[in-house]
Amino acid sequence: MSFTICESCGKNPATIHIKTILNGELAEYAICAECAQKLGYGNLLTGLGRNYSSLLGGFFRDEDEEESGAVRCDCCGSTFDGIARSGKVGCAQCYRVFSGRLLPLIQRIHGSTRHRGKVPGGDLPLPRQQSQLAVMRGELRDAIDTENFEQAAKLRDCIRSLEGRKPGEKMV
Amino acid sequence: MKKWYEESGKQEDVIVSTRIRLIRNLREYPFPVKMSHEDRFALIARVTGAVEDGNLSLPVALRFLNMERLSKAEAVSLAERHITNPEFIAECDGRGVFLSDDESVSILLNSENHIQIQVLGKGMDLYGIYEEADRLDTILDKSLHFAFDEVLGFLTQSLENLGTGMRASLILHLPALMEGGEIGRMSANLSKLGLALHGIYGAGAQPKGAMYQLSNQVSLGLTEQEAIANLDRIAMQVISQERSQRRSLAEKLEVQDAVSRSLAVLQSARVLASDEFMSLMSNVRFGISAGLVSNLDYADVDGLTLRVQPATLVLSSGKQLTLCELDALRAQVVASTLKNRLNREEKQNGRIQGNE
Repeated sequence: MSFTICESCGKNPATIHIKTILNGELAEYAICAECAQKLGYGNLLTGLGRNYSSLLGGFFRDEDEEESGAVRCDCCGSTFDGIARSGKVGCAQCYRVFSGRLLPLIQRIHGSTRHRGKVPGGDLPLPRQQSQLAVMRGELRDAIDTENFEQAAKLRDCIRSLEGRKPGEKMV
Repeated sequence: MKKWYEESGKQEDVIVSTRIRLIRNLREYPFPVKMSHEDRFALIARVTGAVEDGNLSLPVALRFLNMERLSKAEAVSLAERHITNPEFIAECDGRGVFLSDDESVSILLNSENHIQIQVLGKGMDLYGIYEEADRLDTILDKSLHFAFDEVLGFLTQSLENLGTGMRASLILHLPALMEGGEIGRMSANLSKLGLALHGIYGAGAQPKGAMYQLSNQVSLGLTEQEAIANLDRIAMQVISQERSQRRSLAEKLEVQDAVSRSLAVLQSARVLASDEFMSLMSNVRFGISAGLVSNLDYADVDGLTLRVQPATLVLSSGKQLTLCELDALRAQVVASTLKNRLNREEKQNGRIQGNE
């Protein structure tokens, strides 16, 4: 098997290719994971000293060995092995099809599997309704504990309106 | 029209510019890795329809560049001007860019993802620039309905961008920290905090012009505002370390000498290679912050730095140039720009003295 030697340390095999612009030309640096980390090009996976294929360990198979019966995304035809090999997801639908196997990877990369940022569809970025509810329920408990009943009543009404219930209905 | 990089900004002695990228995809097409040529064109047509839709009223006018029709120099110049990343111009098939006149707003199509909204600004302005990018994203989403999942957020081709799909970055000028050999250690520490710090002109340990990029790596599990606040806080620490190192450097005679010599060479050289220009300009930029160079400001230096990058310079000349001709033209552009700038200041000073 042929491989390139890292252009930075001249010792390890190069596993990461970085495209850059040098003197008016597109140039490519081939560097090893260790140097990538030192030079600030390490992503969160190389930060863990692994890449996709080693992360997947036992799941990973050679292309030739790929089972003909492997689950394929009905939208783009990707298999999980293909995604793992390229590090690239095929389409939005793949996230549903391979959810169970992608989630541990996502957890590993981001330390979380739950989006807390912008939710599209509004004029302004709104917090997730569920997390907003959780926060408000916490505040309601605090308000009751501190006997701040005026605030508690306001919060109760807000929670009801978020849950889509009428003011008269009982809270669960 | 003035380009964004010719303006002034905050914390300019260290922070050259701020950039926000929002990565978005459409549900109805496979991600770029699985896209056919026809898919790519259909997507370009779909986004063009949205950008040109008068009812959406985008806050900025954008013109379309078909990457397949650009010359090599035009494509490389886009990367030199930070409009695209180098990866984007490596493969131009079925790719396009929407660009504003001042080049601060761009939308890349069929890059690593269907859509990449980018807004650039001078100095440190993470919150302001994010707000601008967020507004564009909200408007475009009304027509394009970006692929989004309640749990995972915006869906992207690579798992690293899931969630907010946001990459916030700053370009920093760190001559003193580079001189002190501290960047490697800092970079390793920052990566543990989910941030990346690396050189932007060359990937080595001493990148040209001491220019670095600091950006967030984690996009899932925290809000855009939290990610930005985190980057802002860390950047302020880097800024204060750089400033404190600069103070002790500026006291040394040999450093003062290097700054003066650098300015003199830039003003009078007949041939200036790109690498030499970058290193001299870095000294002068440092000299401005240390009060060793008067009559020049950061906008002069940063604007000039982008204008004399090789492919951008070739384009401005309007003809093919040999490397020697290019280096001669660079020297000419640099000398005349500095002369104009310094003369203007002297005239102003003369007028003030005359009035007294």
